[in-house]
Amino acid sequence: MDTNWPTENWHSIGDISDIPLRGARCVRTPQGKIAVFRTAENEIFAIEDHCPHKGGPLSQGIVHGTAVTCPLHNWVISLETGKALGADDGAVRTIPVRNDGGALFIALESLMIAAE
Amino acid sequence: MAHQTPEKLVIVGNGMAPGRMLEELFEKAKGRYDVTIFNAEPRVNYDRIMLSPVLSGEKAYTDIVIHDDAWYATNGVTLHKGAKVAQIDRAARTVTAENGITATYDKLVIATGSSPFIIPVPGHQLPGVLAYRDLDDVEKMLAGSRDGGRAIVIGAGLLGLEAAYGLKRQGMDVTVIHLMPTIMERQLDPAAAYLLEKALTERGIEIVTKANTKRILGETKVEGIELEDGRIIGGSMVVMAVGIRPASNLAKEAGIAVNRGIVVDDGMMTSDAAVYALGECAEHRGTCYGLVAPLYESARVLADRLAGGEAEYHGSVTNTKLKVTGINLFSAGDFADGEGREEIVLRDATAGVYKRLVLRDNRIIGAVLYGETSDGSWFFDLMKKGADITAMRETLIFGQAYQGGSPLDPTAAVAALPDDAEICGCNGVCKGKIVATITGKGLTSLDEVRAHTKASASCGSCTGLVEQVMSLTLGEAYNPAAVQPMCTCTELGHDDVRRLIKAKGLKTIPAVMQELEWKTSCGCAKCRPALNYYLVSDWPDEYADDYQSRFINERVHANIQKDGTYSVVPRMWGGVTNSGELRAIADVVDKFEIPMVKVTGGQRIDLLGIEKEDLPAVWADLGKAGFVSGQAYAKGLRTVKTCVGSDWCRFGTQDSTGLGIRIEKFMWGSWTPAKLKLAVSGCPRNCAEATCKDIGVICVDSGFEIHFAGAAGLDIKGTEVLGLVRTEDEALEHIVALTQMYREQARYLERIYKWTKRIGVEEIRRQIMDDAERRKAFFDRFVFSQKFAQVDPWSERVSGKDKHEFRPMATVGFSQAAE
Repeated sequence: MDTNWPTENWHSIGDISDIPLRGARCVRTPQGKIAVFRTAENEIFAIEDHCPHKGGPLSQGIVHGTAVTCPLHNWVISLETGKALGADDGAVRTIPVRNDGGALFIALESLMIAAE
Repeated sequence: MAHQTPEKLVIVGNGMAPGRMLEELFEKAKGRYDVTIFNAEPRVNYDRIMLSPVLSGEKAYTDIVIHDDAWYATNGVTLHKGAKVAQIDRAARTVTAENGITATYDKLVIATGSSPFIIPVPGHQLPGVLAYRDLDDVEKMLAGSRDGGRAIVIGAGLLGLEAAYGLKRQGMDVTVIHLMPTIMERQLDPAAAYLLEKALTERGIEIVTKANTKRILGETKVEGIELEDGRIIGGSMVVMAVGIRPASNLAKEAGIAVNRGIVVDDGMMTSDAAVYALGECAEHRGTCYGLVAPLYESARVLADRLAGGEAEYHGSVTNTKLKVTGINLFSAGDFADGEGREEIVLRDATAGVYKRLVLRDNRIIGAVLYGETSDGSWFFDLMKKGADITAMRETLIFGQAYQGGSPLDPTAAVAALPDDAEICGCNGVCKGKIVATITGKGLTSLDEVRAHTKASASCGSCTGLVEQVMSLTLGEAYNPAAVQPMCTCTELGHDDVRRLIKAKGLKTIPAVMQELEWKTSCGCAKCRPALNYYLVSDWPDEYADDYQSRFINERVHANIQKDGTYSVVPRMWGGVTNSGELRAIADVVDKFEIPMVKVTGGQRIDLLGIEKEDLPAVWADLGKAGFVSGQAYAKGLRTVKTCVGSDWCRFGTQDSTGLGIRIEKFMWGSWTPAKLKLAVSGCPRNCAEATCKDIGVICVDSGFEIHFAGAAGLDIKGTEVLGLVRTEDEALEHIVALTQMYREQARYLERIYKWTKRIGVEEIRRQIMDDAERRKAFFDRFVFSQKFAQVDPWSERVSGKDKHEFRPMATVGFSQAAE
């Protein structure tokens, strides 16, 4: 996890228990929807909620291992890298997440906020 | 980085050659062109050489699609389907389709393919005279074959024989008429032709050689043909497979140089420097090609040229394989007798093997193999390279395994192939590339190898070779004989998993994964929904449904749409509604500003474009009017479509509406392996279209005829008759028992018609119609499971279940900007 990120850019998004195991929730930001995932192993990942294939909402997909399958056309996206797995090519942006004993934060780039 | 405006590339034709060309072009120069394709056929690019397996029923159309709609979208290609180009204006650089669509081009590729040649004998325009060229022809043949009778195929070339075999497989009697003394004379010498003719005759296909068609008989449709010698052959279908000619008219009318085909140079350029021709319509150095391998080679050259390269096409040596199951046939090159030519022949009558190599100057120039063709690619390789075979002449005909005294291992031949030996002729993939891709990307299955290398992804006849390369590369890790596993998480197939869940009493997904040694920690999007279904089906009272293993539609009880909104379909029992319900729907549409209201094929109303957050409120309002979920999203019972029956219709024999509603109220909420759609028609006029449903009922005076295993989607198939029962009660019991049998035995996502095809109509009739005890047991198990299933999912969520699904977790980052 990127701990050098300036503290003012960490945004509280809620508690880990708000997200079902092997599930996801959405966070609305000025940069679009962000999907926050909780794996079977209690790891937390955040990526853009926008499949590189046709923009499907990845937060609605089935979560398995550290990947999610897009509900529209079954692309499998790695939650760790944001890259499409298998024979498909494409990537989504990953967003830094911090888990402080269950309290979750995501980092939004300050530049993007200022531009709003 | 400066972006140049993309040039406009227009392609006329959407066959395999331009499809391949685009793949190569996008690899080399993505973004350089804005691509527009005009396709006269109303569909995407499919594998035309696989039409024969579609005709014979060994494959479905979906199996042979090369580029689906998503591919065009992803690559930004504009595809005009069903748009036949009528005119090219070279001065203005535009093409115009018959339907009026016009596009301008900087570069134009003509890839119009070829047209089947129809012999202009009297009667050639009668309905029932077909060509064999595209999917429409196959569909016409399949439709014609349903009534049985005799099909007459004119022309015993590659296509004609494949058509004959396919029609025979579809249950028709088949006679093949051929002008020449031996069949496939362009690819086979007389000895191999004899063996092939014998094998086809043994399969029940009648072959008449030296037969010239005089006319086709019939007044309003085909009734037979008359030969020049006066013989008459009766039949209800005539398939002409006497050859093709390049479709070059469009180019000719535009003033482009045309000989037999559209004349191109080594860079595939026509007489107009902005216009290229590719595929069967092109003529290169006096030759028009009709096989896929040379077309793919020239497609590669054209892609390079369009990307700014200078590749050249120098013509191709071709080989042929016949796609008739159980007949192995390979031919390549020139095998006519002639001065300065020698031949080596091997015959083994008991094994039905015939091999002949034609040599000139100690080099192979032709090869015909019948019965045993595994050395075909090796001979072909030697031939293409012009290798001097003097040193191995004595043992050459025995094949590669005999060279250099190496042991007779079945894979030794493949092991001995050099890296540049071609394995897949269609796609021009060599052994080295397959090996490198397997090791580089860690591939383990044939499907993966196909996806990444394209090897064996076209006609499939090299599948065995590709598997041998995989065995050699992967060793023990590759086991081609195994059942198709459920997914990459397990070696087990669906049937084994279902059996073991029952046998071992496994009642949770983690238990299944542990006991059956899953290779992943928590499965994947393929196996988890399947396992969840199997457990729901097998342990209805004990298993706790795992929502995180359900597809989003079944998790939020609505249908996700392409833009991420949802559609909602309330249940209308038997398709019957009233003013109160319609008013409630109208109010919901207004209140939530629902952008689209659509009547469905299942006799109910679809509300589209609803935001996910609004779903519970929409359901709350619908619920107040008495609506429950229509489960239009479920792998489960969808609708029971009805006609108005004896209550209203002057032809109605029974209360079809009432029975439909009764069935729907009995069965709603049940999960099934795939969606389940029913219909009840009140008389054999069948207004509810019950004979293409998963289960259908046709009411008659004497009772209820129960149908099942119909399809009207990707496949079209009329139903099978389960049997006739006397009363409504019996009808319900039989339908419910059949559904339960399907629920317990089918594989996840397997529609009832596919399951039926796999286990047989007779077996289902035996268990449901003939075995009353078993039927009753099925019925009772269904009734038991319904106790846990008939809970309206919408009202549960209105009451607060799964709240988290419908709300964003947080909204962040807006505050600074807003203030």
